[in-house]
Amino acid sequence: MKNKTIKVDFLARVEGEGGLYVKLKGKTVADVQFRIFEPPRFFEAFMRGRDFREAPDITARICGICPVAYQMSSCHAMENACGVKVEGQLRSLRRLLYCGEWIESHVLHVYMLHAPDFLGYEDAIQLAKDHPDAVQRGLKLKKTGNEIVNLLGGREIHPINVRVGGFYKLPAQRDLAELAEHLKWARDAALETVRWVATLKFPDFEPDYLFVSLRHPDEYPFNEGRIVSNRGLDIGVQDYEKRFEEQHVEHSTSLHSVLAGSPPYCVGPIARYSLNFDRLPESIQQVAREAGLGPVCKNPFRSIVVRSVETLYACEEALRIIAQYEPPESPAVKVEPRAATGCACTEAPRGSLYHRYRIDDQGTILEAKIVPPTSQNQNSIEQDLRQFVEPRIHLPEAELQWQCEQAVRNYDPCISCSTHFLKLTIDRG
Amino acid sequence: MAKIFVIGIGNEYARDDAAGLLVARGVKKQPHEGVEVLEQSGEGGKLMESWKGADAAIVIDAARCGGAPGTLHRFDAGREPLPAEFFRGSTHAFGLYEGLEVARSLDQLPRRLIVYVVEGRDFAAGIGLSAELEGAIPAVVAAVTREICEIQDGASLEAQSNTR
Repeated sequence: MKNKTIKVDFLARVEGEGGLYVKLKGKTVADVQFRIFEPPRFFEAFMRGRDFREAPDITARICGICPVAYQMSSCHAMENACGVKVEGQLRSLRRLLYCGEWIESHVLHVYMLHAPDFLGYEDAIQLAKDHPDAVQRGLKLKKTGNEIVNLLGGREIHPINVRVGGFYKLPAQRDLAELAEHLKWARDAALETVRWVATLKFPDFEPDYLFVSLRHPDEYPFNEGRIVSNRGLDIGVQDYEKRFEEQHVEHSTSLHSVLAGSPPYCVGPIARYSLNFDRLPESIQQVAREAGLGPVCKNPFRSIVVRSVETLYACEEALRIIAQYEPPESPAVKVEPRAATGCACTEAPRGSLYHRYRIDDQGTILEAKIVPPTSQNQNSIEQDLRQFVEPRIHLPEAELQWQCEQAVRNYDPCISCSTHFLKLTIDRG
Repeated sequence: MAKIFVIGIGNEYARDDAAGLLVARGVKKQPHEGVEVLEQSGEGGKLMESWKGADAAIVIDAARCGGAPGTLHRFDAGREPLPAEFFRGSTHAFGLYEGLEVARSLDQLPRRLIVYVVEGRDFAAGIGLSAELEGAIPAVVAAVTREICEIQDGASLEAQSNTR
């Protein structure tokens, strides 16, 4: 029997640098390893001894793509520890900020990283040469997301205006009004994006996923909700670590997150969408249906459509928040430290991001735990590859490798969050 | 007077990746007329926005390209494409190389765009540059400062010849 190993030393168009190893034995897949070389969990260690108020600014540095997610999870976790709940307009402004990050991150992936796969281009550079109007639209749409993060976060890169309890400074009404005008254009561009990606050709591939996401009683989830699955899991965030654990696997230095007693689980856009379709406004549900999506999306390649639908939702939600906005009395509520442990989970563009902190009565951080979405999706990525490769084993080497890379890119894995450099390796020996 | 943006790229919590930011801060210590100093994470889409409106941009990044740590490379990116292989070690899926070349495809580059890349050794999460990079920073700041002066001198010569 012939053994074959597919080896790719570099995985293009994923955040960071990592590795993929697929070993084939005859017509079957003998082994799949999605490798992440993670340095020691620097940030968890670095947080110890710091003041609890520093957590949002420090954790925002973990990822250049989704700093808001880290800020939101850390703020909520600290507020949870201190027994404070941020409500009303401050809560709405946090949702608005998250809208900005979803728009930025999703649009970057849809146009620059994922669309080239479906249109047969090596990268966005080639795509831009043949489809300049589409790429310009994507860049302008992404810029609207940047503007939200800039206005609420104080600056685009590692926003600094977010604090435990709220914000340092509230946005000016005239700035919000100007932003709303840009968002009206963005809403139309997002709708156009959904229709554009709906025309792409998707491989026939629908694994029987175990989806996990936040779910809120009324809203499509950003900052708050219970952790649910499509197989009956329904727990409060405080019980996260009773059900989910992180395991070390030999081939990866990043911890793999598992749901005890269950197969690999999937977080991110298709999980969130499939568990919260009924929380989308009727008009957006209709757009999704017209784009060929049902209330559940199990084809990971269609995540490009789901990201586009979520971008449209983020534009709509941002406009709704600005329309109802009345400035609160204060940019933040007071948060006094106490000796306690607090946790929170929010929905980063790539999926659920869990933070837990233990602080003392002076607010000094004694312990920190951060579980990013990509480390939760590692097992699901490997499972996808096992199922995806076998029916395609006959494909020429380059074609199979290309398709494997696409299967990884479906997750928009932000390896920068869970590690630093990623090497990808597919090997036919 | 040319409007020049100096853009330092990096993550100060990823050791040598902070080099671009530190060079930008070094340049900022000696204010130059017409020069704005920015710090960026290196995400390509934001970079494309950041140099809009500039006559010239000087971008400084750290990378691992196979050379000795501390080695400085200069690319006249406004004149010719960046070498793709050189930027494979980027921590971003859509980073400096991709953003710059997409901007070129869309005819959105500033008139002059100079890219400095300093070879790093250690990009693991952590604070503080490796010794080689620490030692290289002043030379990179000096190189960028010279570049600023040359661009300003060139712009002033151009303005003089236009008025003649």
